[in-house]
Amino acid sequence: MSVYGPVVKIHPVVLASIGDSYERRNEGASRVIGTLLGTVDKHSVEVTNCFSVPHNESEDEVAVDMEFAKNMYELHKRVSPSEVIVGWYATGFEITEHSVLIHEYYSREATNPIHLTMDCALQSGKMNIRAYVSAPMGVPGKTVGVMFTPLCVKHKYYDTERIGVELLQRTRDAPNASSGLTSDLCQVGKAASRVQDMLATVLTYIEDVLSGKQAADNSVGRYLMDLVNKVPKISAEDFETMLNSNINDLLMVTYLSNLTQAQIALNEKIVACSAEGRCALSVCSRAQGNCNRRADHLLGMASAEQSCSSFHQQHCA
Amino acid sequence: MASRKESMSTPTAPMVSTSSGATLDSPVKQIQIEGLVVLKMIKHYQEEGQGSEVVQGVLLGLVVEDRLEITNCFPFPQHTEDDADFDEVQYQMEMMRSLRHVNIDHLHVGWYQSTYYGSFVSRALLDSQFSYQHAIEESVVLIYDPIKTAQGSLSLKAYRLTPKLMEICKEKDFSAEGLKKAMIGFEHMFEEVPIVIKNSHLINVLMWELEEKATVADKHELLNLSSSNHLEKSLQLLMDRVDDMSQDIVKYNTYSRNLSKQQQQKHQYTQRRQQENAQRQTRGEPPLPEEDISKMFKPPQPPPRMDTLLIAGQINNYCQNVKEFTSQNLGKLFMAEALQGHNS
Repeated sequence: MSVYGPVVKIHPVVLASIGDSYERRNEGASRVIGTLLGTVDKHSVEVTNCFSVPHNESEDEVAVDMEFAKNMYELHKRVSPSEVIVGWYATGFEITEHSVLIHEYYSREATNPIHLTMDCALQSGKMNIRAYVSAPMGVPGKTVGVMFTPLCVKHKYYDTERIGVELLQRTRDAPNASSGLTSDLCQVGKAASRVQDMLATVLTYIEDVLSGKQAADNSVGRYLMDLVNKVPKISAEDFETMLNSNINDLLMVTYLSNLTQAQIALNEKIVACSAEGRCALSVCSRAQGNCNRRADHLLGMASAEQSCSSFHQQHCA
Repeated sequence: MASRKESMSTPTAPMVSTSSGATLDSPVKQIQIEGLVVLKMIKHYQEEGQGSEVVQGVLLGLVVEDRLEITNCFPFPQHTEDDADFDEVQYQMEMMRSLRHVNIDHLHVGWYQSTYYGSFVSRALLDSQFSYQHAIEESVVLIYDPIKTAQGSLSLKAYRLTPKLMEICKEKDFSAEGLKKAMIGFEHMFEEVPIVIKNSHLINVLMWELEEKATVADKHELLNLSSSNHLEKSLQLLMDRVDDMSQDIVKYNTYSRNLSKQQQQKHQYTQRRQQENAQRQTRGEPPLPEEDISKMFKPPQPPPRMDTLLIAGQINNYCQNVKEFTSQNLGKLFMAEALQGHNS
């Protein structure tokens, strides 16, 4: 991998977008092109968005709808004013002469644009996401050509993006390529089983080393030491008190939310009845108001207790 | 018109996870989202939504039998800048026209919004969703909760207005009688539609590649033990809402008290009238003319019940979220206990 030029950091949304526009290409088109948007840094280019641009390509000529590209860029700028054109992408494996022309056009829009290729036809069995930057070459004064030098491609995720991608990863295992969203304790269970799998892998490694099947590696041993020491050593009573106070907090909050839900259901029933009989209503409604105020008071105490217990925990630990 | 060149198998297989089995009596029984839409929503909030601002956008897709397929989306710019002449409709039209050129489904099927700790039940949302559902019957609103997602698992919910609520909004009859006639409780305002995420095979290949190339260390946020911050904020919001609710109830109480007082006054007035008339008759004088009572005693304005309903719905939502959160945390605490048990 050459180190000339900036590092290209791509977000997964860009790649998914390119794949989607490849699937939606016109009849007869062998590849799609589009603009890449993002931010430029001193040493890196971060690509965060893209949109496809309609173009026509034949043996000897290529036509790109530049009006469209400009319009789309304006629209995108309205939403994210900090994104600028950083380059363009094309699906396919090779860089053709037409690419040179298109790259020239983009050089007018952005300084030193990058060119991203993604092989959606999977010619080599993989997607081969590559990025290039153009550099002039040739003998000065005579015919000057353009050379595309490869750049280092890194994938960058926001935290939430990583979580989203993790969910999407599940679809690749499902038989019909779909998956639902789980909730509640299932998620904790899944996360716990993931950690369990990791621990199982580590255990098999340790057993292999112990039985002599594998040579012991010192660095791995150090990591294992770290791992085992990460479980904090707290005296049993302290841990009991901490655990109990936490559980109490959670239970109290659950109780209060149940109470509030019952409260509003009650309120509704009363109002519904009141639409007919108004006499006994005022008494009921006043009681209702009192209950609500008490719930409010309890909630206030609860949140105060929360902050107290968290403060207490910080001092304990 | 170009054809869609992708090898997505016709999704006739049943969804992997179902909701509580209750059948919805609406034209949309399931939402199918493509991974691209999820990623775009996440990115939109991440980049433009810091500072607890709500970000919104439009969903594009199509309806297939009883399924709503969402295939793309685009974000809406914020209203904060001084774009007095910024025409939202024009932006939307331009965007959809441009997307049509690149063969992206340009049918408007709904909208999405991010939420702060689950507070999205508001008049604005109701109005927007009503106008959407009125125009396009199958539209939904996707609520994306970024804070919950950052805690470890994608939180995406799809809501529609129940047909009962649609009726009420159409007639704009928000009084207590109207609501009672339709028998709407706060649980019957929105119905949740189950979501399934489906990726085309090409995107699946991309997922495999990403897994191979970009092994980002899993931060295991889901197993995080700290809970007090989140609980505090949720409780704070809940308290505010309960305050609103009690104010509303006080208003309703005064209204009903005024009403009953007025009834009494009317009653007294008619009685006095009758007595006087009887006296006059005994004295042989002509009776006093019957006056229109209703003009004399104007009935007090009944307070609108819609706000109460919305507040109740919001409180319900907060409570649900809090309960879900606490159940997860209890599980984690017990796991931590087991871990300590080994040590001691």
